[in-house]
Amino acid sequence: MHEYSIVSALIEQCEQHAIENRANSIARVVIKIGVMSGVEPELLKTAFETFKLDGICKNAELEMQIQPLVIHCSDCDTQTQLEERNLICPQCKSFNTRLTDGEEMLLMQLELETE
Amino acid sequence: MCKDCGCSLTRPSHGEHSHDHEHHSHGDLHSNPQLNDKKTLAVIHKILDKNDIEAAHNREHFEANGVTAFNLMSSPGSGKTTLLENLHEYTDLKYAVIEGDLETSRDADRLKAKGIDAYQIQTGSACHLDAFMVHGALHHVELKDLDICFVENVGNLVCPASYDVGTHLNVVLVSVPEGDDKVEKYPVMFRRADLVLITKCDLLPHFDFSVDEARAQVKKLNPEVEVLEVSIKDGDSMAQVAHWLKTHRKGA
Repeated sequence: MHEYSIVSALIEQCEQHAIENRANSIARVVIKIGVMSGVEPELLKTAFETFKLDGICKNAELEMQIQPLVIHCSDCDTQTQLEERNLICPQCKSFNTRLTDGEEMLLMQLELETE
Repeated sequence: MCKDCGCSLTRPSHGEHSHDHEHHSHGDLHSNPQLNDKKTLAVIHKILDKNDIEAAHNREHFEANGVTAFNLMSSPGSGKTTLLENLHEYTDLKYAVIEGDLETSRDADRLKAKGIDAYQIQTGSACHLDAFMVHGALHHVELKDLDICFVENVGNLVCPASYDVGTHLNVVLVSVPEGDDKVEKYPVMFRRADLVLITKCDLLPHFDFSVDEARAQVKKLNPEVEVLEVSIKDGDSMAQVAHWLKTHRKGA
């Protein structure tokens, strides 16, 4: 259940951005969650809905963009978005690939309100 | 000066932290806020940024002392502590261990009984170690006499995978009694590994664990990673682990 620690870090970041931009509430939080980031989106959502109640994110809606794996194959020089969780190039079946997306957890966008 | 602990290292500031671990290198991703309009703020900011900055700080601690740090991760009971208890017979490298468990200092006590310096972190209910916990422990370990510092993470194949604790390389263990399906079931952990150890291989005749299947699954997730079969009862296999550690030290 490390999703709770991750949400704490997220809300702390939101608060920081709100202070820097003199906002007094946050309406929307957009995050990007890679399918191999090690985070379960549903648990993250639950954690966010629970933790947001005390602070500036109280009325915030959480939008999660789930990012599938993207690999670049060095043998056939193609970039592919994958459905499965492995790193084999679907074009040429090569293992000589590099993961270019799908492992990160990023805060992407905030909708701030200043009144 | 490090504010919390008074250590002499300065902390890297935003965006300057070195991502020398290949799985964590995401290019230039420091905070870059820019107002699109009155309301919408576009940011690209790693959610665990604070942890990652602290992790980079921990790496500086290790590197200032010429120490290479390895993060040991696995399920509970797959043999992390046992490996560390026995490893000293196969290597001249001096190592200490930072132990993470929810409760008790049993693991640290086991290692100390073998003459290995160990410091126990009790996480209470936290399911993983983070860079801040490891930093706290660093000030209880005499790094300057060491070659290697192991961080033995909380036994868990899920949560520790998401946290950079400031080590250089990840060693992930899976033991024969757990089954070869664990690789496929916990892909993120095995994706993060720099070395996979299949432990308790002396039990292979008694279980349906297929080493080939485990290797095939690891390769799908992490094509480059090395997989070693280990049993503490097989000296040659332990020597292989010691050799891998020696050749993967920073600057080795």
